[in-house]
Amino acid sequence: MQATASAATPEAVRPPRHHYLNVDYGLRSWLLTTDHKRIGILYLLSITFFFAVGGIYATLIRLELLTPQGDLVSSDTYNRLFTMHGVMMIFFFLVPSIPAVLGNFLIPLMIGAKDVAFPKLNLASWYMYMIGAGLTMYSLLHGGVDTGWTFYTPFSSSYSNSFVAATALGIFVNGFSSIFTGLNFLVTIHRMRAPGMTWFRLPLFIWSHYATSLIMVLGTPVLAITLVLLFLERVFQIGFFDPALGGDPVLFQHFFWFYSHPAVYIMILPSLGVISEIVAAFARKPIFGYKFVALASMGIAILGFLVWGHHLFLSSQSAYAALVFSVLTMLIAVPSAIKVFNWMATLYRGSIEYSTPMFYALGFIGLFTIGGLTGLMLGTLGIDVHVHDTYFVVAHFHYIMVGGALMGYLGGLHYWWPKITGRLYSGFWSHLSALLVFLGFNLTFFPQFILGYLGMPRRYHVYPPEFQVLHVLSTAGASILAVGYLLPMVYFIWSLKYGDYAGRNPWGAVGLEWQATSPPALHNFEEIPVVDFEPYQYKGAPVAQRLPYRIAKYGA
Amino acid sequence: MADAHAHAPGLAHHFESYEQQKESAFLGMWIFLAQEIMFFSGLFTCYLVYRVLYPHAFLVGSRELDWRIGAANTVVLLLSSFTMVVAVLGAKQGRRKMIVLGLLGTLLFGGIFLGVKVFEYGSKWEHHLVPGPYFEWHGDPSVGREVELFFSLYFGMTGMHALHMVIGMGIMLVMLPLAWRGKWTPQNHNFVEGFGLYWHFVDIVWIFLFPFLYLIGLSGGSSH
Repeated sequence: MQATASAATPEAVRPPRHHYLNVDYGLRSWLLTTDHKRIGILYLLSITFFFAVGGIYATLIRLELLTPQGDLVSSDTYNRLFTMHGVMMIFFFLVPSIPAVLGNFLIPLMIGAKDVAFPKLNLASWYMYMIGAGLTMYSLLHGGVDTGWTFYTPFSSSYSNSFVAATALGIFVNGFSSIFTGLNFLVTIHRMRAPGMTWFRLPLFIWSHYATSLIMVLGTPVLAITLVLLFLERVFQIGFFDPALGGDPVLFQHFFWFYSHPAVYIMILPSLGVISEIVAAFARKPIFGYKFVALASMGIAILGFLVWGHHLFLSSQSAYAALVFSVLTMLIAVPSAIKVFNWMATLYRGSIEYSTPMFYALGFIGLFTIGGLTGLMLGTLGIDVHVHDTYFVVAHFHYIMVGGALMGYLGGLHYWWPKITGRLYSGFWSHLSALLVFLGFNLTFFPQFILGYLGMPRRYHVYPPEFQVLHVLSTAGASILAVGYLLPMVYFIWSLKYGDYAGRNPWGAVGLEWQATSPPALHNFEEIPVVDFEPYQYKGAPVAQRLPYRIAKYGA
Repeated sequence: MADAHAHAPGLAHHFESYEQQKESAFLGMWIFLAQEIMFFSGLFTCYLVYRVLYPHAFLVGSRELDWRIGAANTVVLLLSSFTMVVAVLGAKQGRRKMIVLGLLGTLLFGGIFLGVKVFEYGSKWEHHLVPGPYFEWHGDPSVGREVELFFSLYFGMTGMHALHMVIGMGIMLVMLPLAWRGKWTPQNHNFVEGFGLYWHFVDIVWIFLFPFLYLIGLSGGSSH
């Protein structure tokens, strides 16, 4: 790191006099803002908080699992720990993460618009998120929920002595935030594109958000009605799912996974878009097979609605249904693999720069591939019967959710941080954090594949002593992972005051968002841009644009 | 902020033209309705599954409902859709009183519908047909549990439908003074037209609920 004397700062690197952060000050200007960029920041702060809450639960879980006896917490408390970890991380961190923070900030910038189509609805989505999170925090502070994040009936509706109703209501309200965001993005991408920004000139980040938004709009309401029915059954004993009230509990599982499997793609698709941006920018090459990558996002979104039954292989589903769901599950590997292979082909003979975002992206590709391939194993009926409800499943979905979605989120945050704040962060510390996250993640979750294969069931805190070595390894990895997550919080905050000015385009990337100032002006562009170029034209992109970054970072 | 179109009344700053604003509003409304369809489809799927499982109990349960009241309410709701069209037409032609009258008519018919619904719910309560601890079944005891499930769905489905009407009527109460003051012009009445779509959607949901809940019991004979 080299401090740059402000006198020596080239004119082009200085932040503009007026931008969205200094146009107005005070709490009111933030809480009543309709600026998509400020709403993105509101989301950034709130989801970071709930990520920390979910992280505390993860810490307690890993501490408890250090020993084979249940000596830190009781079984009942342990049930609440893993439930609240899942609820917080999935509904209040992963689902909103990239769309609500980076998507909100970047979609109008990337398509050359002044804002999203419905700015007030956008703000309302944040309030819905906060109300939902508040209700969930209420239940959490009173002891939480012990049903697992899946809320399976009839345990959740008739037997559990925990705060199911408040949590269900919180997730229901939070669903509106998802629906509003998805609706806004769909209309924005359809109707707000700058002149010349045709569908196949859209950045892949936009394509992946389009696909994500479709799932948000069409999937979330099904979860909403499921939670309403669960709520009615629990609070008023109006039977829908409980066999004692005439209902069918498997129907609940169908409803729940009809949303919650596509929700996996809500979490991972935006990451796939982020990785496409980063890989092209730091391989200095057009993305290989642009149209295939774009349409693969749509393929994943559509197929994603047809595979929910693979969560019910052992829930009395008919053998024929299981067979069909198994085949459909295999099919979804095709568009996913298209993306991985196309990133590979983009990297091939590219001029690769190992920037921090690229570190995250490369880590993502490896972890996503492992997560995806183990997903194929789980989609295979014979293997699934063996490893169902074991740590193998836990490891698999953490490779997708944490190794995939979270790595993508962090990569994207590092990539666009200079655009969002106008500042550069420390190269050394950010590289270190990316390395720690990658190593810590693998040490945490790879042993869990072995644990699961050997028969360690999920959701148990007492286990046979022979599993202890692997559990200790996992907990050690989680400690490294925690350091990797804490570091960015430190150097990001540090950069706000002490970081070097980023300039418009510190990475020398193409794409409309890099033509705006850093931080962008209130209405993004001086005038609405006209797009007369194809996406990812890195061949012959002016290298001079990259100079400010090099000066600031390496002093050359 | 010296926007190029700072003078255009009713055009939000982030849109380039009325055309773009209008297209965005309608696309947004249709996507919202798609979302609503998915919401109700959860209930309809629930209905479908249990009707296939317990066909006889559903006929027995349906016979506890009075199809004449349901039919009358269907007519009332269709009338409210007609008055909604009047309001939208008034907005298109810039006739402020026509909007107000249309909205008032819609509120009136919507109110009648909900009033009848309250009466129906009340009579179900008196006959112990509300599912839950209070439910009592005096008919064929072998289908008691399943008839209760039919009533779970009856209250769940019509309740969600009524909730959508209540929300719609709340919005109309806000719209009334705005319409009176002439907020909507022939160029810019997207809100009225979009709301019209919502109201018609809620009506169409009822068009499905009515036969599924009230009319299936009319089919004669044994259903085994």
